[in-house]
Amino acid sequence: MQPSTIVIVILVLTALAYQVGRRRSLAAVGGRRGARNLHSLPGYYGLLTAAWCALPALAVLAVWHFAGERLILGSVLSQMPAEFHGLDAGQRGLLLNDIRNVVAGNIPASAARPAVQAAAIEWSRLEGISRLAGGIVALCAGLIGGLFVWRRINPELRARNSVERLVEVALILCSVIAILTTIGIVVSVLYEAVQFFRLVPVTDFLFGTKWSPQMAIRADQVGSSGAFGAVPLFAGTLLIAVIAMLIAIPVGLFSAIYLAEYADRRFRAVTKPLLEVLAGIPTVVYGFFAALTVGPLLRTVGESFGLTVASESALAAGLVMGVMIIPFVSSLADDMITAVPQSLRDGAYALGATRSETIRNVVLPAALPGIVGGVLLAVSRAIGETMIVVMAAGLSANLTANPFEAVTTVTVQIVTLLVGDSEFDSPKTLAAFALGLVLFLVTLALNIIALRVVRKYREQYD
Amino acid sequence: MSTPIATPSDAPRFAPSRGRVSVSGAADESLPGEHLETKTVGQVTVVDPVMGARGVNVHYGTKHAIKDVNIDVAKNAVIAFIGPSGCGKSTFLRCLNRMNDTIEGAKVTGLITLDGRDIYERRQDVVQLRAQVGMVFQKPNPFPKSIYENVAYGPRIHGLAATRADLDEIVQTSLQKAGLWEEVKDRLDHPGTGLSGGQQQRLCIARAIAVDPEVILMDEPCSALDPIATAKIEDLIDELRQNYAIVIVTHNMQQAARVSQRTAYFHLGDLIEVGPTDQIFTNPRHKLTEDYITGRFG
Repeated sequence: MQPSTIVIVILVLTALAYQVGRRRSLAAVGGRRGARNLHSLPGYYGLLTAAWCALPALAVLAVWHFAGERLILGSVLSQMPAEFHGLDAGQRGLLLNDIRNVVAGNIPASAARPAVQAAAIEWSRLEGISRLAGGIVALCAGLIGGLFVWRRINPELRARNSVERLVEVALILCSVIAILTTIGIVVSVLYEAVQFFRLVPVTDFLFGTKWSPQMAIRADQVGSSGAFGAVPLFAGTLLIAVIAMLIAIPVGLFSAIYLAEYADRRFRAVTKPLLEVLAGIPTVVYGFFAALTVGPLLRTVGESFGLTVASESALAAGLVMGVMIIPFVSSLADDMITAVPQSLRDGAYALGATRSETIRNVVLPAALPGIVGGVLLAVSRAIGETMIVVMAAGLSANLTANPFEAVTTVTVQIVTLLVGDSEFDSPKTLAAFALGLVLFLVTLALNIIALRVVRKYREQYD
Repeated sequence: MSTPIATPSDAPRFAPSRGRVSVSGAADESLPGEHLETKTVGQVTVVDPVMGARGVNVHYGTKHAIKDVNIDVAKNAVIAFIGPSGCGKSTFLRCLNRMNDTIEGAKVTGLITLDGRDIYERRQDVVQLRAQVGMVFQKPNPFPKSIYENVAYGPRIHGLAATRADLDEIVQTSLQKAGLWEEVKDRLDHPGTGLSGGQQQRLCIARAIAVDPEVILMDEPCSALDPIATAKIEDLIDELRQNYAIVIVTHNMQQAARVSQRTAYFHLGDLIEVGPTDQIFTNPRHKLTEDYITGRFG
């Protein structure tokens, strides 16, 4: 039996269990008219029965699947000829891969070694048995679970409370999944980063000013030792982020003020969604806009002023990135400004404040923490942005504060380090994880600060 | 309906004006109280009023919220606007310092004067007007700033204080007049939002006083407060009468009776009756006023 078939059968059984549970609850009080004598609505009894049917069945199925594979593996390996015993982990993995491929039909059975062929046949046989048995056991578990509740259904059974608890558990599980994913990513990045810091000292990485991650493949090659000073990358990231924020903060904030305080309703209804469309444009589109339009334009304009502007420059990338994050700033700032109670504005107007005085002295200070939160979120977005920078800012790790030169950023280097063939024991590849860790820590810190500020804002007026 | 003439005994504190009431430049409009054609019962005019309204209509879009209202606001006295919810008393109040300007779709017609000048005239600066006609709102709305800054805000934007010492002085006297000084003098740098509801409302009154207005409009200033805080505000209103003209909108008829010298009863956008508070509450002349005061509706 295929796993998908079993799952479908379990679902059908669950649906049946719902109906049966519901019917039984009604039957216990003598039909629909008696429903008010039930502790919970009949649907809750159905849901409870269904849950007790589906959950044990699916749990058994999952456990069986993972445990069964191990057992099959052990059994197949132990039945193989003696020369295949006592292999090290790598060879064992290769052997298992061979067997799996034969089973799956990726390699014709005739091309494989006889021992592998035999193992594959054995594997298929055991797997078939295991699946059938697993399916049957799972269905039995479902039936037993369903029956267990079914027998207990009576008007006093607090089905609603149990279902509510199940819902709560499901919600907790979902949030735990998100948290576990984050932790998993952090741990894996951390692990690889530690590997990197074994090869390259932390201080060299954090304070070195030369970035040249090329590692020679052979020892006698030229330039065999790479340099992993990440300062130029941090500086480049910072430079581009600063340029982007110089565009995004004023434009975003002022447009938010206009939309929230001055624009009439119709204009706002049209403009706000349009502005937010900016956030929906894929970053790669911004990227080629920056690389093909803005970059050359800046070079031409720069030349007419007698400036040397590289065609891939920090300025081009920063400008376009600034435009990209305008909606982040403006949308959040707009929300925060609109959230300032009208009574505060009235208070200022009633004292004879003009519109701009009211905005400057009352509305903005009240909304400021929220606006700062939005700006910090935009900054972390700017630091983490990759595509625009890859396409428009270049790859050379210059340590410069001149926005007309090409610079590179942390994210760009991560991309270039991991693109193409890479070996996971060379510092070149591992450096990407160290950079990723730094990036993660910085954006995490910014997000925490942003959240703190936003939370403080909630206490401002009430 | 023509105006029944109030006899002096009906209105001991506001004798019907015998001279001209300077409510507008045009001679034929500035009639003495006795001859003002109005549907309102009672004496709408006073001698030497600080503010006057003649034929005021307010429309919110298609809604006719205020219908042809005529009334004077006397100096150094409290006038209470009462009436059932939605009768337009708050709307009319907001006309007096042009707060309706900030509401989209609101249209005010007619003549409203402050010291004889039309406040809806094109050359009228709204900023100046609101410095002369202050307002206190239903819900205390201190700015999320310190107590000091809340009071200092008005004087700052109007440039009333030349030095920091002047400003300190204004803040202190305003807080003293609002009866809040003793409670907050040691924590002027604390946020105004941290005060209790009644203190916040007195802070808002201090904020309004700080720009030294002629008239203070109060839109149900006690409706969000407990009885003790309400009593304090009422005492305060009575004291403020020495220096300011006060217009108060209230749902609480006992409050109107306690704090005001004149009372105006609004009903569905019409100004039904105006008179001395004692008379309105003891001997209302209009059926609607009587029904409202005796609690038959509202």
